[in-house]
Amino acid sequence: MDNTTLKEKIQGLLPGAEFQENKQFITFIIPADQMHDLALKLKNEPDLAFDFLFCLSGVDMVKYMEVVYHLESTLHRHQLVLKVRMYDREHPAADTVCDIWKTADFHEREVFDLLGITFNHHPDMRRIFLDDNWKGHPLRKDYVDEVNIVEL
Amino acid sequence: MKEVINLPVKNIEEEEYHINMGPQHPSTHGVLRLVVSLQGEIVQNLKPHCGYIHRGIEKMCEKDTYPQIVHLTDRMDYLSAHINNHAVCLLVENALEIDVPERVKYIRTIVDELNRIASHELWWCSFGMDLGGLTCFFYGLRDREKILDIFEESFGSRLLHSYYTPGGLMQDIHPNFQKRVKEFIKYFRKKIKDYDDLLTGNIIMQERTKGVGILTVEDAVAYGVTGPSGRGSGFSCDVRKHHPYAMYDKVIFNEILMHEGDTFARYMVRMYEMRESMKIIEQLIDNIPAGDFSAKMKAVIKLPAGEYYQRVEAARGELGVYVISDGNKTPYRMKFRSPNFSNLSALDHISRGGKIADLVAIGGSLDYVIPDIDR
Repeated sequence: MDNTTLKEKIQGLLPGAEFQENKQFITFIIPADQMHDLALKLKNEPDLAFDFLFCLSGVDMVKYMEVVYHLESTLHRHQLVLKVRMYDREHPAADTVCDIWKTADFHEREVFDLLGITFNHHPDMRRIFLDDNWKGHPLRKDYVDEVNIVEL
Repeated sequence: MKEVINLPVKNIEEEEYHINMGPQHPSTHGVLRLVVSLQGEIVQNLKPHCGYIHRGIEKMCEKDTYPQIVHLTDRMDYLSAHINNHAVCLLVENALEIDVPERVKYIRTIVDELNRIASHELWWCSFGMDLGGLTCFFYGLRDREKILDIFEESFGSRLLHSYYTPGGLMQDIHPNFQKRVKEFIKYFRKKIKDYDDLLTGNIIMQERTKGVGILTVEDAVAYGVTGPSGRGSGFSCDVRKHHPYAMYDKVIFNEILMHEGDTFARYMVRMYEMRESMKIIEQLIDNIPAGDFSAKMKAVIKLPAGEYYQRVEAARGELGVYVISDGNKTPYRMKFRSPNFSNLSALDHISRGGKIADLVAIGGSLDYVIPDIDR
């Protein structure tokens, strides 16, 4: 499916969704509470069949926190990017997608560890790299750590 | 008469207990801790604890310029250092729409494939060693040394080269490069037969790997297991085929797919892949065009504001680099989707119900490199 039909298809599933386009991907910005339902549809509809989550990243955009999902269909070989934005910097939370794509399990733990975004209904929401007693989340833009030098 | 005391006897077979494999364990090939729950010698579940060598490379990238970042990527998967460099260089070149000279594309493809062979050789020798065949270790290292010598002559270093720069290469190849690569291919075509005679056909090795640690194709896709490990399950995930870069759309090679999904299938994929890599090198080595070894680049590289994603096929799977640029000389956010991190997440699933001795074989067949997991 090419990007134009893909765009129309997603807009049919989620009317009024905001989108961006660049040379590589089309990107949809999804409200946090609708992400899980949409993800299920994206995976299960035969002509979409997005079964391969090849990247899951967290981003601190200062005004909001963002989770970026890069998806590909191994059947049709089309790609799509989804973004979920959270405006609450203190307690950002998104719904987990690790029941849909199992690889999200580790990636979501990484995002939680380094950016402090929690994922609701995740089976094992612990830090994955840093020590359990670590204070703060290093990839945040306002992170200051005087003891452990990470600044260059 | 003596009094009979009935001591409570626990049945050891029924009791679940935990074993720490690592952080220092020869079969983890680095500092990775696996907490294994066992019943008898059957693995119930397994929890990987990573982060012992987490260096915060993504955080460092936010302070570094793009040519500097290339040097950091060497330190992720140090066994496919060139290919990691390639990912960042391609990303910058595609973002700035720079056409690199044909010569650079040829050299990069050849060096990437040499790097892949070197990496698979090291995997082969350590896999044999994990299963108890120490001879493999000497055979593999002996042949890998020959590639490292070629690297040393042309690029000045053996492990962490940082030979690629955005726009081209650090310096041109050594005049001996083509001759020595051809010599190596001729030499290794003979030696890879020895590998098969020594280990592939070995009945003990086959008993220990066939039917062990089965990963179905659905699970491989769901867990994002890419590279030879994914292709051993029949998951067609070769980035060189699906999203070709450098010269990969102009050379003839096969994507190796096996459908058994067990440890032996993952082993065989790598054995065939070394042959495919040699095929690619043979097609290119005599035809390297003359020309510059680098495109003209500005002294300060700034990516236009926006998002960029680049995928390459590293020796262990798909490496993705995701950059959000705000137009400055340093990225706003840089994320590496490292192949080993996703591959490791499947380890719990595929080792359940197997014996703890099989865990060593399964871990060896996934071929994880710890700095790439931790970054």
